[in-house]
Amino acid sequence: MSEDLAIGFLPLVDACLPILAHEHGFAEEEGLRLRFIRDVSWATVLDRLLYGHTDAAHLIAPLAIATALGRSRPAQPLAAPFVLGLNGNAISLRPDLAESIGFDGTLGDPRQIGAALAIEAARRRKGGRPIRLGVVHRYSSHNYMVRYWLAACGIVPDKDIELVTVAPPFIADALDSGEIDGACVGEPWNSVAVDRGAGVIVLATAQIWRRGVEKVLAMREPVLDEKRPQVEALIRAMRKAGSHFVDPANWDENAAVLARPAYLDQDAALIRRAISDHLVLRQGDRPVHYSDFMFQYREAANFPWVSQAQWLYTQMVRWDALEFRAEDARTAGKVFRPDIYRSALKDIGESLPGASSKVEGSLRGLTQVGTQSGSITLGKDGFFDDRIFDPDDLEAYLKALPGR
Amino acid sequence: MRVAVVDESALRASIIEEGLAELDGCEIFTLTDRKALLAQLERIDPDIVLIDLGNPSRDVLEEYFAVSRALARPIAMFVDQSDDDAIAASIDAGVSAYVVDGLASNRIRPLLDLAIRRFNAFSRLQSDLAEAKGKLAERDMVDRAKRILMDSRSIGEPEAYAELRRKAMNSNRRIVEIAEAVVTAHDLIGGQ
Repeated sequence: MSEDLAIGFLPLVDACLPILAHEHGFAEEEGLRLRFIRDVSWATVLDRLLYGHTDAAHLIAPLAIATALGRSRPAQPLAAPFVLGLNGNAISLRPDLAESIGFDGTLGDPRQIGAALAIEAARRRKGGRPIRLGVVHRYSSHNYMVRYWLAACGIVPDKDIELVTVAPPFIADALDSGEIDGACVGEPWNSVAVDRGAGVIVLATAQIWRRGVEKVLAMREPVLDEKRPQVEALIRAMRKAGSHFVDPANWDENAAVLARPAYLDQDAALIRRAISDHLVLRQGDRPVHYSDFMFQYREAANFPWVSQAQWLYTQMVRWDALEFRAEDARTAGKVFRPDIYRSALKDIGESLPGASSKVEGSLRGLTQVGTQSGSITLGKDGFFDDRIFDPDDLEAYLKALPGR
Repeated sequence: MRVAVVDESALRASIIEEGLAELDGCEIFTLTDRKALLAQLERIDPDIVLIDLGNPSRDVLEEYFAVSRALARPIAMFVDQSDDDAIAASIDAGVSAYVVDGLASNRIRPLLDLAIRRFNAFSRLQSDLAEAKGKLAERDMVDRAKRILMDSRSIGEPEAYAELRRKAMNSNRRIVEIAEAVVTAHDLIGGQ
């Protein structure tokens, strides 16, 4: 007996897991039938989720939290039982700006790039045209990562550098026309800009936070409760898809699947760059390898750590001029549902983290963490400025951050 | 009441505009150009913004409403939260609305209802058109297949059609599929 789930998504490489779970038959193996609804704005993905057109959605994690807090729509309890992947975004600058901050054909050091950008930003402000960067949404990790990075480099966002919202499909155009000087966007849109000669990739967001939380699978709580068996089946199917996704033998095939008109409707070779962690940074250059550009499957990458949600909440407080409230922090944390993730995977021999929260950014090397059976080895998860996020003391963390 | 209709489809925008013109006391402004969208909105200073769900500029618009000091702040969709039916209907129809907070719902509801009706009418029109196009294409295909059979076997039109129909019935497929196979085969073998 097949059960249906309708899933909303935006055409981005990190919508890969539910799509591949469907296309490779992993969902079917779990007795699940998936239907996909593609949109071109997060607002529409969210509306369809809130009004029942979809059961689940590929969603930027902070938007799920903002919705639970009633920031952009009337508050609705949302649940994210699965992280669809870590990082996978990049910062691209117009070729002239990349040139003037000393781009040398590699992904440079975030501190050095930040320092050079600070000088250039001051120069352009004096000239009357401040640097303007595009991000995909106010409630996106792109926005928070860029601001985190700028502030840590002594740049005051919104004052030294303007930040504006640009929809991913328009980023290349906006760079080309000079409407923006740079952007932080997910793949394949940086690569689209690079191939048009409109942008140069100077940083991967993974360089700002090695294990930064990105998209989640979001659902309304009542739907999660009502369709619990299907959701758990979907989680198992997406884990299988993740294992398939990271295997180099499947990169070509998966790029071709995602490239189809119904999904990303983009060139497979472009899509393959993010999948394989090999990015062409500048038009005509050879691809550069950056090992954790888009992080999937390994190290429990899809586990929804409550601490990730709370980090996002601290950034929302920081940049949205909110007052910190312990109750909101709890609400934000409750959006991430490790209990559902564990319940879905407990009987199939997956190593599941024993804790639901971790101190983010504290791992300097390979570290073994306890699981309910055996252990998982986690890699470096640091922030580029070596700050550590302790979810037990959010206020102290917020107070210590620059640029507020 | 000042109503801005944002739609990249100029045809649909004009259909909406025409429908809303029935309402008393409504001034309608139609915006189809993405480039100057925000500046135009600022000039218009609308009470309600209607925008199609498929419009990629929605996130940009929401951001603008969140930070803009130039406009009274419209909020996403929602007149009052008890109006879920209206919202669900509008999403079904493919239209979303941003309404200046504090606008009385008895003024918004008729407008929204009308917009929904026009949106639905437009999508019906679209699917009728697509269907008509499809039917036309099918008829062309069958005509081409008949012509090929008539030329290659020197038979008349009724026999050619009967041949196609017989094949379709025997293989439990539609005539147009058989016609397509005939045309494809003919093109492959290099007919004229």
